[in-house]
Amino acid sequence: MADLIAKTPLTGLLPFATSDLTCSELEFASITSVAPFRGQEEVVSEALKAQIGANFPKPGRTTGRAHARVVWSGRGQALVLGAAVEPIKGAAITDQTDAWACVALDGPGARDVLARLVPLDLRDGVFARGHAARTLIGHMHAVLMRTGPDRYGIMVFRSMARTLAHELKSAMEAVAARG
Amino acid sequence: MRIADRGLIDRSRSVPFTFDGTRYSGFAGDTLASALLANGVQVVARSFKYHRPRGVYSAGSEEPNALVTVGVGGRQEPNIRATTQELYEGLEARSQNRWPSLGFDLLSVNDLAVPFLGAGFYYKTFMWPRAFWEKLYEPAIRRAAGLGALSQEHNTDIYEKAFAFCDVLVIGAGPTGLMAALTAARAGADVILADEDASMGGRLLGETEEVDGQPGHVWAADVVAELAAMPNVRLMSRTTVTGSYDHGTYGAVERVGHHRRRRPGLPLECFWRIVAKRTVLAAGALERPVAFRNNDRPGIMAAGAVRAYANRWGVSPGRAVTVFATNDSGHRTARDLMDAGVHIAAVIDSRHDAPDLPGVQLIKGGQVCDSQGRRGLESITVRRPSGEERIQTDCLAVAGGWNPSVHLTCHMGGRPVWRDDLLAFVPVEGAVAGLQAAGACNGAFSTAACLREGQSAGRDAAEALGYRGADAPLPEAEDDPYRTDRLWSVAGKGRAWLDFQNDVTVKDVKLAATENFRSVEHMKRYTTQGMAPDQGKNSNMSALAVLADATGREIPETGTTTFRPPFVPVSVAAMGAGGQGTGFAPERLTTSDVVSRDMGAPMIEAGLWYRPSFFPRKGEKTWRQSCDREVAMVRETVGVSDVSTLGKIDLQGPDVGAFLDFVYANRFSTVKPGRVRYGLMLREDGHVMDDGTTARLGEDHWLMTTTTAAAGEVVRHLEFVHQCHCPDMDMRFISVTEQWAQFAVAGPKSRDLLNGVLDVPLVAEDWPFMTCGPVSVMGVAGRLFRISFSGEHAYEIAVPARYGESLFKLLVEEAEAMGGGPYGMEALNVLRLEKGLITHAEIHGRVTAYDIGMQRMVSQAKDCIGKTMSERPGLMDRHRARLVGLKPVGAVKMITAGAHLYDKDADPVRLNHQGYVTSNCFSPTLDSVIALAFLHRGPERMGEVIRTVDHVRGIETSCEVVDPVFFDPEGGRARG
Repeated sequence: MADLIAKTPLTGLLPFATSDLTCSELEFASITSVAPFRGQEEVVSEALKAQIGANFPKPGRTTGRAHARVVWSGRGQALVLGAAVEPIKGAAITDQTDAWACVALDGPGARDVLARLVPLDLRDGVFARGHAARTLIGHMHAVLMRTGPDRYGIMVFRSMARTLAHELKSAMEAVAARG
Repeated sequence: MRIADRGLIDRSRSVPFTFDGTRYSGFAGDTLASALLANGVQVVARSFKYHRPRGVYSAGSEEPNALVTVGVGGRQEPNIRATTQELYEGLEARSQNRWPSLGFDLLSVNDLAVPFLGAGFYYKTFMWPRAFWEKLYEPAIRRAAGLGALSQEHNTDIYEKAFAFCDVLVIGAGPTGLMAALTAARAGADVILADEDASMGGRLLGETEEVDGQPGHVWAADVVAELAAMPNVRLMSRTTVTGSYDHGTYGAVERVGHHRRRRPGLPLECFWRIVAKRTVLAAGALERPVAFRNNDRPGIMAAGAVRAYANRWGVSPGRAVTVFATNDSGHRTARDLMDAGVHIAAVIDSRHDAPDLPGVQLIKGGQVCDSQGRRGLESITVRRPSGEERIQTDCLAVAGGWNPSVHLTCHMGGRPVWRDDLLAFVPVEGAVAGLQAAGACNGAFSTAACLREGQSAGRDAAEALGYRGADAPLPEAEDDPYRTDRLWSVAGKGRAWLDFQNDVTVKDVKLAATENFRSVEHMKRYTTQGMAPDQGKNSNMSALAVLADATGREIPETGTTTFRPPFVPVSVAAMGAGGQGTGFAPERLTTSDVVSRDMGAPMIEAGLWYRPSFFPRKGEKTWRQSCDREVAMVRETVGVSDVSTLGKIDLQGPDVGAFLDFVYANRFSTVKPGRVRYGLMLREDGHVMDDGTTARLGEDHWLMTTTTAAAGEVVRHLEFVHQCHCPDMDMRFISVTEQWAQFAVAGPKSRDLLNGVLDVPLVAEDWPFMTCGPVSVMGVAGRLFRISFSGEHAYEIAVPARYGESLFKLLVEEAEAMGGGPYGMEALNVLRLEKGLITHAEIHGRVTAYDIGMQRMVSQAKDCIGKTMSERPGLMDRHRARLVGLKPVGAVKMITAGAHLYDKDADPVRLNHQGYVTSNCFSPTLDSVIALAFLHRGPERMGEVIRTVDHVRGIETSCEVVDPVFFDPEGGRARG
């Protein structure tokens, strides 16, 4: 019997680079949603800490580091990126590994590119490393996080991968063309 | 005419360009206007209504006359101001509103018909016959009157939109703005300094005065350099702030590519939304004209502009220049031009006590009352108490006083206040929250006052945000008092222009007053004064002064018209940047998208999703052939269809059962793990919201499905219900729509097909209808649901989306080997219609559970959202239009969705309306057209023959009312 072949959301669409910037697909071994049940916030945060070394993030924040990052993704909900999560008593957990198209935008001028797509104040003092937001990329709902001085993580629904790649490319080209 | 050794242009770089096809040359740093003036081109446009020759009037974005068209084809852009269009090599500009040429314009006969063409002419003349207005008069008038035109071709330029944020936004980079930005930036605030010019410095670039002991433009350049080096400052040149909006938000348009040859990928314009905590408005002031007879002749210009052309661009607009002044601005122009070696023929100052001006003929207490010249200016008539005299001149510089640019302070409803000492309106304080006006736009007209106000506004803005720093020292600058004569228009016969752009004269305004359009807003609309791109920049003040005079009122009593955004025209392409074509909305693609398209499937949009409509095979010429085959395939063998677009919501927690009982009309808490139930969801108003199946995956784990269209709406609804109605229920839910690729496998051979991909074959007894469970799909953990939307023995199989494409390919291959294959939306629709299953064509938002025959699903044993409201009188009335099936019985076999229902012999008019058709198809299974419809008292009328009438397409059909379930009413095939 044949095997099922896996395909990432952005296969054939990325990477894309301009002189200063790269835009590449982020592949996480797993993405897991964690939503603590009523009154279980502390317990779940502790359990996460024990499992992957990162607490449950506050609204608008990420915890952890690359390959074991937890990003706030909405009211009482976070996504664990990279590290696998064993079931946690006290939390609703779902596998979201295949639900998201994830992109890293990296390089000087990354913020200028995002300024064309994201209606948020992304200045250093406002959206620092470790910050995250549910926001819009163009017309798409997205999770945006800042993971470095010039590095951002962007996640949109898998089905919108092509539009995301198109929007980012267009914005990168426009920024690059200004020279 | 160029003046030697003057100006901030780079004479080492000559720049060739064309105007109306003629080759000219300018220098780097020129605008199109300065280059045309340097080349002696006096007539650059024809006026809006009378087609009179017009020349450059100003040196900024307020230009009313010199509007040109740049570029050709899709890139043709009309109404570009020659005064802001920077010169670049290869620039191709053309004049507008003339035919056949600028020099000889046939429609200039309009100018001879003046006695008839006054304000309100069109309203009065083209009243009758009424039908002619739209067909004949208006198109003809629009062709005759107007500005530039679009090419009607697709615009190939790139535009962008962007967001910016700052502590302090400074609008305008003249002395005020530079000082404000410097002060706020040195204090530590994040500053954006936006200026519409290519170079920052504002009026300092066009004047010869000194600031801090050095030429003003040098001081400005030093400040700009300091600002550019500061990390907390962002300089945005070529950026016009066009509007002020709520919460410190400003719209701004940046000319990114207008000033150079096209570069691949470079946007032409960027529309910015700038959000600022504090704003300093340093927009400056505009010099107003004085109205006198024939004051629109090419060569008559604003005095400030004339000296700006001399000082900044090294151009004299004339060889023998005259000046008409009501204030010292005119004297300044005369002095600067004399210094540059230009002959000043005379200075006419309306003030009897005007200061002396050595070296020129100064006529105190004089007025210019007429001008002469064939195309451009040749002479002016000067009136003084002793009589009238003509003076030869080819350029008249008019200084009528300064109007502060209050526009942005009025966009939020603020009304400017009158200052009689300045004879001008100034911004009312607090008109826009967080915005402070400073400098000339605030009525401070000397450079020293501008610097002072800028410093203080910059400091206030920074301090309000908690930034403190030493003030930038105040530089020395001129501090002359401002005194202007009260002269709006010179009395006399003939036409004296107030609004050059819209061809409105003093007479028009007086006529408006005579005809009782006495309110300034009515006068504006009657005469079109200050309308459209102009937004009253040049004419508002003088027009309302004339109106005040004509109506015997004071100016403050008369008031101004409303200034509206945008301050300068913004192309729709910039505001809608990124939204062209498919950029309008994100495209959602399924994992099977590529494979489906490769098979030739045309895609149709379902919300944001793209789904295959059918899969054509060789020899099939119409969609119907493919569709019929696909339906038969599902009924006889097996079909595969991607149903991933349906909403999937994962719910977990001990209270999910109770929650589902509350959001669904029917009961779910009794569903056993491993089972699936169909559910109907009502809106709060008792109408049907959505339907779908919900599976109980485990004791505390459920999976709800929604329709494709309502997936987002249902999640939002669940959030609302959970957060507001039952926050104590312990449960969490999240969309998993995107996580799973899900395929319907339907038909008598569906189980055989699945057994080909499942690691453990299905045992019939374990998988009765409406069950669910985990399966292993070639080593991958998946889910299987025994549900059916086709009425056949069917399943839906789900795997993580990364395997979607692979599984779809495999299922299709296996199905084809069994005589089946993929089926698209058309077949899916036929299959469900044959079974009388509803979609949003039926549950369109105005129907109740009762209407679709599902009233019994609204459980009486529990409460649910919408239950009480669904029991309102009228919502369960037997006379309501209720769901039925229709089959044609007469000669005409066609039923169309949207057709209306009438009794067999009734007149097909509104009063006899009996219902409407929601869905229709040709059923290959039944070899008949079938339809679902809502018919008054429908279920009571089975067997009756009625008539469907499609008034739009002109189709009438006799139909029998039948049960909506056309095929296999017992449901044996799905259960078997």
